[in-house]
Amino acid sequence: MAIFHWIKTELTKTLDGPLVALIFTLFVISLGMLYSSSQGDVGAVMTQAKHFAIALVLMWVVAKAPLEYLSRLALPLYLFALVLLILTALIGEESKGAQRWLDLQVIRIQPSELLKIALPLMLAWYFDRYERVLRPINYLVAALLLLVPVALILRQPDLGTAILVFASGFFVLFFAGMSIRIFGFIATLALLVMPFAWGLLHAYQQRRILMLLNPSADPLGAGYHIIQSTIAIGSGGFLGKGWMDGTQSQLNFLPEGTTDFIFAVFGEEFGFVGVLLIFLVYALLIWRGLKIAAQAPSLFSRLAAISITMTFFIYVFVNVGMVIGLLPIVGVPLPLVSFGGSSAATVLLGMGVLMNFRANRRIVQT
Amino acid sequence: MRAHRYRKSSSVLNEFNARIHGGIVAMLIMSALLLGRLFYLQVVNADYYQVRAENNRINVTPILPNRGLIYDSKGTVLAKNYSSYALELLLGGADDPDRVISGLADLIVISDEDRRRIEDALRVSSRFSNIVIRDDLSEEEVALFTSNAYRFPEIQLSAQLYREYPYGEITSHLLGHVRRVSEADLQRLEQKGLKTAYTNSDWIGKVGIEAFYESTLRGQLGLNYVEVDSRGTEIRLLDRQNPISGQNVVLTINIALQQVAYDAFADQNGALIALDPNDGSVLAFVSKPGYDPSYFVKGLDTTTWQQMLDSIDRPLVNRASSGVYPPGSTLKPFLALAGLEAGLRTPAWSMWDPGYFSLPGSNAKFRDWKKGGHGQVNMHKAIVESVDTYFYKLADELGIDTIHRYLTRFGFGAKTGIDLPSESNGVAPSREWKKRRFGTPWYPGDTISVGIGQGYNLVTPLQLAVATAGIANGHSLIQPVLTKAELDPTFKKDSTSITPTRVRPLLMSPQNVKVLQKAMEGVMRPGGTAANAAAGATYTMAGKTGTAQVFGLKGEDYDENTIDKKLRDHALFIAYAPADDPTIALAVIVENGGHGGSVAAPIARKVFDAYFKSQP
Repeated sequence: MAIFHWIKTELTKTLDGPLVALIFTLFVISLGMLYSSSQGDVGAVMTQAKHFAIALVLMWVVAKAPLEYLSRLALPLYLFALVLLILTALIGEESKGAQRWLDLQVIRIQPSELLKIALPLMLAWYFDRYERVLRPINYLVAALLLLVPVALILRQPDLGTAILVFASGFFVLFFAGMSIRIFGFIATLALLVMPFAWGLLHAYQQRRILMLLNPSADPLGAGYHIIQSTIAIGSGGFLGKGWMDGTQSQLNFLPEGTTDFIFAVFGEEFGFVGVLLIFLVYALLIWRGLKIAAQAPSLFSRLAAISITMTFFIYVFVNVGMVIGLLPIVGVPLPLVSFGGSSAATVLLGMGVLMNFRANRRIVQT
Repeated sequence: MRAHRYRKSSSVLNEFNARIHGGIVAMLIMSALLLGRLFYLQVVNADYYQVRAENNRINVTPILPNRGLIYDSKGTVLAKNYSSYALELLLGGADDPDRVISGLADLIVISDEDRRRIEDALRVSSRFSNIVIRDDLSEEEVALFTSNAYRFPEIQLSAQLYREYPYGEITSHLLGHVRRVSEADLQRLEQKGLKTAYTNSDWIGKVGIEAFYESTLRGQLGLNYVEVDSRGTEIRLLDRQNPISGQNVVLTINIALQQVAYDAFADQNGALIALDPNDGSVLAFVSKPGYDPSYFVKGLDTTTWQQMLDSIDRPLVNRASSGVYPPGSTLKPFLALAGLEAGLRTPAWSMWDPGYFSLPGSNAKFRDWKKGGHGQVNMHKAIVESVDTYFYKLADELGIDTIHRYLTRFGFGAKTGIDLPSESNGVAPSREWKKRRFGTPWYPGDTISVGIGQGYNLVTPLQLAVATAGIANGHSLIQPVLTKAELDPTFKKDSTSITPTRVRPLLMSPQNVKVLQKAMEGVMRPGGTAANAAAGATYTMAGKTGTAQVFGLKGEDYDENTIDKKLRDHALFIAYAPADDPTIALAVIVENGGHGGSVAAPIARKVFDAYFKSQP
């Protein structure tokens, strides 16, 4: 009985009940889809469950920590992540043509993942600190704090993570009140620079963007992913083919069915109805995040919360967009569903931060 | 200060909340974009993508039908199928086929012919179909390959049905053969709208009965619907549509007789057609030399093919129905009948033969084969002794127009309509024909050579046999047929009997025909040109010999011992038996054989003997 009481207190005081419910809903979907997509590989499902368990502990720890720890940790965490990122560029392991992993003997980590949480905290802290004396120069510094890690991640190269890290920093800047005109100016500049930036992209990245425009030009090569995933999703139809009955995934026509393309498996087996349901789950989760952000106790927490929430949306948007052929394939997993420990850990760290803000919402009233 | 801070703070907060609303609107728009696309894929176009997913998943593989068998009239199998294994180079499977094949050659014999054929195939198309490396492996070879298969991922062992012709070259021109369909075949089939009925590795009848009865013998492809994974590995059989076996074909041919006829040619080339004069069914259809049809079944390389094309014996020419020859004196009975029918001759009418004929007002001499001539000659003697002079004069008096009319009535110059592809028309010369062919008018001298079956006359052995059958039955020209039935192999359907579709009355007086029948009987009796061939026969027969010049030797004496073999005369013979109630009629031609009476007639005699020995 005592344990239930404890859980109840944790869920109401430390953790956020609705968020936890939504996260567990996604866990169930994730494990179910993994089981189907790996053709009944219990081992893969268990591994992912372990990933989730570790990530949940991280979430719980972050949620339980005193609020001021988070703002105090922002700068050291950011610097730590940046150092690791630089180390990765220097001595990182290379695999599949990209240098993303750093082997710290004890643990192999992807420092770029850490930045998804470290960067929004850092920028939120920065704007909170200079809130009263905010000058244009502060935006410039903030932009620098944002662009240095993004450039390092792009160099690895890891376009997907770079987009997400950039998005997380961008949202802090945007919600900190950076002038819309400056955004307009930068966006125009970016559009003008784009043709030149094209030349800086790696050949495989260029190919992926071109493939999006005409996937059938190379159906067995670079276009294969997009073609097979649109076939999988389209053939799912309104009601889907049923769990474990998706031919595209079960017969391995769909590549990366457990990781980046797991949404295609879901779309094939559960159809448009299933897609609407999983979208509802994500929408509720984001709605909850927005609510937490709106009620957050300080500028730091507001900015961090809104960034984490909006970045989560970008996560889903980029993944689904690439799987259904709207966006180029950039290697972004579907949050909390795709197989993988790093992604689950960072996302749940973010959730932990949100829960922390939620638990402390009454301490300071604005 | 405090107030200021709060003011500022609340304005920041207002801005923050406004921007959250902006963010929500942006997220809603982006979500709508995703949902719109998903709606388009899963609701609007679901059918299209379901078909594509099925196409991914389901491999439709054809199952070749059993080709119909071919039997002779007594039930002997002339063409059958057997299954064996072949080694195939998978389509697009090998980057370096030479290396793969030389590796395989350490294990399994690959002949130079095979290698050349593979090279040919690689040059044409390696992308569209598997290439057969070796056909018809022995059991040992299958075992050897199977135990080493892991070394050759690009090579596949496949069960195949092969066509076999137990009588080989004896029936080669009659039956033709099947070959694997070529790119050209597929294009032709596509034009006929039949392309889907064949697969890339399919068989198709190329010549002879196999080609003519292709649609009967072939049957229908079956289909296997196999579930495969992305690597093409077969997961399970989803559905199977069984192939429908082809119909069997029963020929009118008597293979024993055909064998006797073929052997009777010994080492000579030529053709023989024997048929039943009462219903046109062909009893023997020989064209010699034949060829080994298994060459075509197993695939032919260009070198061997070129050798066959270049061979002086021209083994690929079907002499019996496509080969054309001057009929020589075998044309004389038909001309004699024309003389009687046209009212220019009576049986009793006679003339003096000095050994040559000259056109009035000309010194040019058309010589008789016998120096000094045959003396007084009536029609009977003219046939029995094959008197050239009699027919020079007759031809001159008939004129080419009348000759053409009567020869056409005997079927010369037109296809007989036998159930075989690529039959020749031959030539029954006429003024129009010569004008069309050479652009020159007809000269009276042209007619004289026609009188002894030389000149512009050209006949196929088949035409000659059909015309002979007309004299034998006395009333009709019957379209020859090679098949008497198509049989359903499962006996679910009634067999279809085939009867001649075209029987044309000769429209000649029976008495006139009788005169010629008697004269042809005379040919086989002492004093006749083929008397030796008839000696000791237990049945009566009627015939006519012919010796056709291959090469016009002007003014020189012809000596068959000194002349090049290829320039020697063709020996011809037409005959039927028994003389009073014929059941078999035939035409023989022996290329460069010399005299019809001494070379061609003995072959006919052997065929007759065999035929009557087997008939009760």
